[in-house]
Amino acid sequence: MIPSEFEYHKATSIQDAIAQLGAHEDAKLLAGGHSLLPMMKLRFAEPPHLIDINGIEELRGIRLEGDTICIGAMTTENELIHSEILQQHCPLLVEAARLVADPQVRNRGTIGGDVAHGDPGNDHPAVMLALDATFVLHGPGGERQQAANGFFLGTYWNDLQEHEILVELRVPVIKKGVGHGYSKLKRKTGDYAVAGSPVVIELDGEVCRDIRIALTNVAPMAIRAEAAENILRGKVIDDALIEQAAAEVLAACDPAEDLRGDVLYKSHMAAEMARRSIRAALLQARG
Amino acid sequence: MDNTAEVQDREDSLKGVGCSRKRKEDARFVQGTGRYTDDLKLPGMLFADMVRSPYAHARIKSINKEKALALPGVHAVLTAEDLKPLNLHWMPTLAGDVQAVLADEKVHFQYQEVAVVIADDRYIAADAIELVEVEYEELEVLVDAHRAMDDDAPILREDLVGKMDGAHSTRVHNNHIFNWQAGEKEATDRVFEQAEVTVKQDMYYPRVHPCPMETCGCVASFDKINEHLTVHLTSQAPHIVRTVVSMLSGIPESRIRIVSPDIGGGFGNKVGIYPGYVVSIVASIVLGVPVKWVEDRMENISTTAFARDYHMTGEIAADKEGRIKALRVNVLADHGAFDACADPSKFPAGLMHICTGSYDVPVAHLNVDGVYTNKAPGGVAYRCSFRVTEAVYVIERTMDVLAQKLGIDKAEIRRRNFVKVEQFPYKTCLGWELDSGDYHTALEKVLNAVDYDALRKEQQEKRTQGELMGIGLCTFTEIVGAGPSRNCDILGVGMFDSAEIRVHPTGSVMARMGTITQGQGHQTTYAQIIASELGISSDEISIEEGDTDTAPYGLGTYGSRSTPVGGAATAVAARKIRAKAQKIAAHLLEVSENDLEWEVDRFKVKGVPGQEKTMKEVAWAAYNNVPEGMEPGLEAVDYYDPPNFTYPFGIYLCVLDIDKSTGETKVRRFYALDDCGTRINPMIIEGQIHGGLTEGFAVAMGQEMPFDEQGNLLGNTLMDYFVPTFVETPHWETDYTVTPSPHHPLGAKGVAESPHVGSIPCFTSAIVDAFAHLDVTHMDMPHSAYRVWQKVHELGLDKRA
Repeated sequence: MIPSEFEYHKATSIQDAIAQLGAHEDAKLLAGGHSLLPMMKLRFAEPPHLIDINGIEELRGIRLEGDTICIGAMTTENELIHSEILQQHCPLLVEAARLVADPQVRNRGTIGGDVAHGDPGNDHPAVMLALDATFVLHGPGGERQQAANGFFLGTYWNDLQEHEILVELRVPVIKKGVGHGYSKLKRKTGDYAVAGSPVVIELDGEVCRDIRIALTNVAPMAIRAEAAENILRGKVIDDALIEQAAAEVLAACDPAEDLRGDVLYKSHMAAEMARRSIRAALLQARG
Repeated sequence: MDNTAEVQDREDSLKGVGCSRKRKEDARFVQGTGRYTDDLKLPGMLFADMVRSPYAHARIKSINKEKALALPGVHAVLTAEDLKPLNLHWMPTLAGDVQAVLADEKVHFQYQEVAVVIADDRYIAADAIELVEVEYEELEVLVDAHRAMDDDAPILREDLVGKMDGAHSTRVHNNHIFNWQAGEKEATDRVFEQAEVTVKQDMYYPRVHPCPMETCGCVASFDKINEHLTVHLTSQAPHIVRTVVSMLSGIPESRIRIVSPDIGGGFGNKVGIYPGYVVSIVASIVLGVPVKWVEDRMENISTTAFARDYHMTGEIAADKEGRIKALRVNVLADHGAFDACADPSKFPAGLMHICTGSYDVPVAHLNVDGVYTNKAPGGVAYRCSFRVTEAVYVIERTMDVLAQKLGIDKAEIRRRNFVKVEQFPYKTCLGWELDSGDYHTALEKVLNAVDYDALRKEQQEKRTQGELMGIGLCTFTEIVGAGPSRNCDILGVGMFDSAEIRVHPTGSVMARMGTITQGQGHQTTYAQIIASELGISSDEISIEEGDTDTAPYGLGTYGSRSTPVGGAATAVAARKIRAKAQKIAAHLLEVSENDLEWEVDRFKVKGVPGQEKTMKEVAWAAYNNVPEGMEPGLEAVDYYDPPNFTYPFGIYLCVLDIDKSTGETKVRRFYALDDCGTRINPMIIEGQIHGGLTEGFAVAMGQEMPFDEQGNLLGNTLMDYFVPTFVETPHWETDYTVTPSPHHPLGAKGVAESPHVGSIPCFTSAIVDAFAHLDVTHMDMPHSAYRVWQKVHELGLDKRA
């Protein structure tokens, strides 16, 4: 329960953090620390250098720019929950943040850390997929933007390049006619999801113009259930279609068996969570 | 002022028995000023940390300490080889077996202690344990208790090969620990052969862990000059620890001081003696400085005393009306790699023979075989009294099965079989004497409170709609307050307990007991007992426990024994003081002792208003004006050897709904009626019941220690091991009846464990009841959403149109 020896560095700016990543071999960024530190205490992770980015003010805060909400990567879960901008323009994120871990973790844990860490059990990757978010990344070569779709490559593996930092997450404002839902099954407070599914639906009258169904913790990384989306897109969604989509969600799952359940259970739970989220999103989109 | 009101006022001001006064200990706990073992920092103190085995069964080929010893700040690395010259590489267990302190040539379970590192601080120690190089040769692992006695099962305990004379019986296999039986086998079998109806149900009570908030730990400090050993440790039984340490070390008990400071929950986990304690003491003696050892959470769950792990079969023979004619219980007990159960010496499976429950059972037979497996030792009573939890589970489950088979309601079948109020004291066919009870009245009270008939009607309607609603019932009898020394001892020491009370000249009181609180509120309840006996406000009564230098010898706190035994000693000691006080009062009032009567807080001369002496006046006189020939002072000690156990009981009812899509359970209602005899502090009782129900809920719905085939313990963190928070915990409704114990000085029976013992089968009863119309008779715990869903899925209940 005590980490092996490491050197602690405090970064003063984004540029400084990038420089320090370059200066120290195998360095890890320390954001909220609620995924990394437990792994270090168990000595599953033994980074020789930790670069603390908690003091970098420019990584914090939530602002509205036109139809886009810009969220600093170091914004904590609790700040998401209490953000008036999010409550008004992207309540899905508020809803999802409420279901992350427990109050202590939410006080420290950050949205950027949650997304960048690469644990398939984290909630925000799937939420970002459902919201069609864009990530702003800074590296030695400057700034680039990357869509959430395509960012998550595997367990603890994503499209972050060497010495790159996730700086900001951008999500579109949820407009009239758009509905969302996040359903998450967990064994108890503080646990990762047995399965979770955020869903965003855009309606054109009664017709589903677009839908994104994402899944938490039922594959090596957060995934979209595209076959399920295809069943519903362009249709007037009814119970029979939802059942067909749920069957596709089930087929899309590739979970690892653990004490939360076997492959069968987790896949069925993903389907059930998707079902619930689709219903909730539909209800909301219909106003 | 009306005289009665004045007397009542005086009585109320005592805050004695029956008063829901606030707990005296809470001020320091809620302000964060409790003092726990790990808070203790002594000058020059070093830290111990364990090198543990990654394998469940392996031969140790070599241990290389060099790299660890080379790390700056490391003082010593000890292995079994180092302890051998002291004959401390093995130690006796409370169950008559021996246990390796540090693995001697072989490891028998994953995370077993292989070596200990002593270093300047816990950080260096944590680095150093990684530097100790241990070479293992893996051996075949035995995890499944059912395989333990197969001809081709791997031999676990090489130290026992050829020793077929076990501590409790002949052993029939090298992995066999004991066979233990109670009751009449032939007579029972005969009834079964001729019975109108028989039922049989296999069930597994999973291995679980008490998981107290504070893990186990100690600070050993040996004073070389005075040859005096002080050990602060998290013990539920400090006096017995002192005796054991003396026996192991050869240091006289008079030069050993064991202190249990504030303890963050025990629940049985802190009864035993662990290798960490032994090596800390050895290291302190060898190095001459204090040594601290404190477990982390994973070590706690993985290595220090687990509970349960009983494979049980319950069988009932009955007539067509459901009246029990005989009971047969077979148990395969998985005690892990060393038999370190903390039971009274005579009972290798604890008080399992209380398994006739609340019922009038004419004849019964219990058979228990204990076996070794490659799992951690332990087998303690997790908030229960020595296997009464297992016993209640098997009888309550089997009663439900009988009811189901006969189509009789589960409340009705219990009504037909309860021991009747006029049968008490009731001698059970397995040898216990239930002291008092009124089961019928309590059952009817609960059924009326919840409107049982309406619930059954609602359930019928739900079933026609395809919904799963379950109603669970548990009508349990506990056996607590171990115990009479004629049948209870630990390592030969009778299971009495003690109290020593001193009344100071100004009338305040200091009292010390042989028990030790771990959250039970002894500082409050013992003070209330003394307050009522002596007429001194409980505010002015201080209670101290846990320091063997000052407290009288006692067996400690577990098995709900503090009130039944320690509380009785307290009352009897107080009565000795009052008897002496009466003589002093008579002397002061110049009357005969017999002319005095006691009223709340004073002695009054019968029939002479105004002629009286308060206890406080008497206390003062005890130090300056006693009758001739009487020794001064006002103190008493009592060592109380209870004439019998006490038998609290309860009627619990649970209503729950199951979500077929996820397997999640929503406990809609849980109604707990407890009868613990006389109630000393109703608020503390209610708190105990809430806590126990919450723990019972945890056990039933989520706690388990699963192992894979290689003996790896899965789920030894609080991410996996279920400790419910406020979010998961159902709402509890509590109720009570009062049937005093006829043999306890106050009529009190003990309560802390009833809610754990009684709620667990109640939850299983409710879960199974939700599926009972589909011919399901039993489902093993834990009733997690995952496992419940598997049943839903197996039955095809989640099919969609």
